[in-house]
Amino acid sequence: MIYLTRRATFSASHYYWNPSWSAEKNEQVFGRCANRNGHGHNYTLEVTVAGDVDPVTGFVVDLKWLRDVIEREVLAAWDHRHLNLDVPEFAATESTATIPTTENLAIAAWKRLEPSVHKADGARLSRVRVYETPEIFAEFRGEA
Amino acid sequence: MRAYFGRRTTISASHRLHSGTLSAEENCATYGKCNNPHGHGHNYVVEVLVGGEVDAETGMVINLVALDEVVRARVVERFDHANLSLDPLFVNRVPTTENLCRVIFGLLKDALPDGELARVRVEETENNFFECEGE
Repeated sequence: MIYLTRRATFSASHYYWNPSWSAEKNEQVFGRCANRNGHGHNYTLEVTVAGDVDPVTGFVVDLKWLRDVIEREVLAAWDHRHLNLDVPEFAATESTATIPTTENLAIAAWKRLEPSVHKADGARLSRVRVYETPEIFAEFRGEA
Repeated sequence: MRAYFGRRTTISASHRLHSGTLSAEENCATYGKCNNPHGHGHNYVVEVLVGGEVDAETGMVINLVALDEVVRARVVERFDHANLSLDPLFVNRVPTTENLCRVIFGLLKDALPDGELARVRVEETENNFFECEGE
């Protein structure tokens, strides 16, 4: 089993806001991240695929193919967007929202990527890691 | 759903690799220039990985501010701009980065307000690092 990782970057804005809480509680829990005008980051997305090395090509999966999957499934929807306002998985109702925290971005990226990677012969998605800054990241390994 | 939150922090500290159970010659042979008598220092990067359920209300495994406070109080205050070799935790342990990694894991594992400590990684330089996932 070999693990292959591809990095990509995207830039997006967001804010943290739980619509079922008061403004005071949102500001208390989320601090500056609750500023309703939003703020942005240069994110790095790390996608790790696990599989056996193909004896003919020497690849786990073709990196160009993986790059295109990341571009099509994630970057096309998230790059240079406002995550709360432009991305359907983070759309809020009057009382509920999936807040675009780094943890939830890792889970959402996994859900976008997994069906395509699953179709690749023998390979499986092993880990998705999202860096919000070089010092802050979250990862999802497909665990329930 | 279970996810992991990671946070990187830099500490600057000095140390000298020297084992009380080895002779002067053996220490020199084992540790080389890391055994020089007055020590030397590094900018260490401490990467803390916390695993846990993503809270449905906050979208978080652990609040970054709360994690930073624990790491500051238990690790940064103790080791930043300090001589590791003089810390009581290293009286009977050589302050290699392997041991620093284990010590930091021990200092943090019961102190987190949410989630559980999944891994501590300590980078001594850009070219070497150590990881501990528990005892």
